[in-house]
Amino acid sequence: MRIMNGHIVAFCCEHSAYPAADSAGRLGLHYPENVRVIRVPCAGRVDLIHILKAFENGAAAVLVMGCEDGACHHITGNTRAKERVKYSEILLKEVNIDGGRVRMFNLSPNAPHKFVRAVNEMTRITKESGR
Amino acid sequence: MIIAERKPMEEIKQLIVPYRKVLVAGCGTCVAVCWAGGEKEVGILASQLRLARSVERNEISILEATVERQCEREMVAEIKDKVAEAEAVISLACGSGVQTMAEMFEDKPVFPGVNTTFIGMPEREGLWVEMCGACGDCFLDRTGGVCPIVRCAKGLLNGPCGGTRKGGKCEIDPEKDCAWVLIYRRLEKQGRLDLMRNYYAPKNYRAVKRPGKVQAAKA
Repeated sequence: MRIMNGHIVAFCCEHSAYPAADSAGRLGLHYPENVRVIRVPCAGRVDLIHILKAFENGAAAVLVMGCEDGACHHITGNTRAKERVKYSEILLKEVNIDGGRVRMFNLSPNAPHKFVRAVNEMTRITKESGR
Repeated sequence: MIIAERKPMEEIKQLIVPYRKVLVAGCGTCVAVCWAGGEKEVGILASQLRLARSVERNEISILEATVERQCEREMVAEIKDKVAEAEAVISLACGSGVQTMAEMFEDKPVFPGVNTTFIGMPEREGLWVEMCGACGDCFLDRTGGVCPIVRCAKGLLNGPCGGTRKGGKCEIDPEKDCAWVLIYRRLEKQGRLDLMRNYYAPKNYRAVKRPGKVQAAKA
C-alpha cells in the first residue's frame, strides 16, 4: 500500500524544523496540505533507507530539515544529513528518479516563514515535474 | 578483509529482468565493512530495485536477508526458507559467498551483485587499499611488513625500480607511495637496512595451486 501517495515527506529535526513547523501552525501560516511532517531527534538520524522508503511508499518528494550550519544540537548531525541527501540523489538517479526530488534545508526553530517557504518551493518543484 | 564494490545498477537490473520475486542476500562480514554488501546495503539495493521496477511499471517483490558469513554453509542454511520463496538470488557477498549460495541452492540462479576486487584494509573512511595478493609464499619478513607484490606497481622483489619520484612517490601513480621507499624507511627504523642488499630470486608463484586448498593439521 502506498501510504505516502503524492505527499511530500518532511523529516524535521526536533530542535529546529519541528518547532518551526509548529510555530507556522500556531501563527496560522498556510502551507500545502500534502506535507507529512515526521519528527526526528536530529536530521542526522535520517538515513538513506528512510529516504528511499519514503519514495517506495509513493512520496512525491522528501525534505530533510535540520539545524543551521554550526548550530546542530548533536554537533555534526546536519552535515551528515547533507552528505546523505547528496548520496541519495545519486541512488535515485540510478533508478531514473529525478534527484531534485530530495532536498536538505537548514533552518532555526524560530523561522516558521522559512519552513513554509521551503515546503512551498518543494511543492512547486514537484508540480513542475508533473508529480 | 576482502574488498568488493557494488556492480552498476543497470547491470543488476538486467540480471533480474525475467524474475518477479528476488532475494537480495547480504553478508555481514568483509563486504559489510567495505560498504558493499552488509545489511544496510541489502536494504538500499532492495529499495532501489523496487523503485526501478515501479518506475517501469513492472512490479517486483524483493526479499531481504543477511547472514553473518555467506561463505559458510551452516550460516547460509539459516536463510533457506527465503531462498525457497524466491525465483532468483542476488548475492552481495564476495565471490566465495556467491559460490557457496549457488552450490547450496543448485536449482536457483544466484547472481553476483558486487565485484570482488582485492584483500585490503581501510585507509580512511570510504577508501580501501590493496595490501595482499594471496600469493601463498609470504615475503613480508624481508620487507619490513610492506608487500612489494601488490603495493609496488611493478610487483618488484628487488626494488626500487629507479623511477621513484621526489617525495617517494610512484612513477606510475604519483598519488601512491613507492612501496620500496616505504620498505627502505621501515627497515631503517628497525636497523635492518642490510636486507636491502639482498638479491631475491624470482618468486615461485606455483606455491599456490589453483584452486587453493588448506588442510588444518588437526582437522
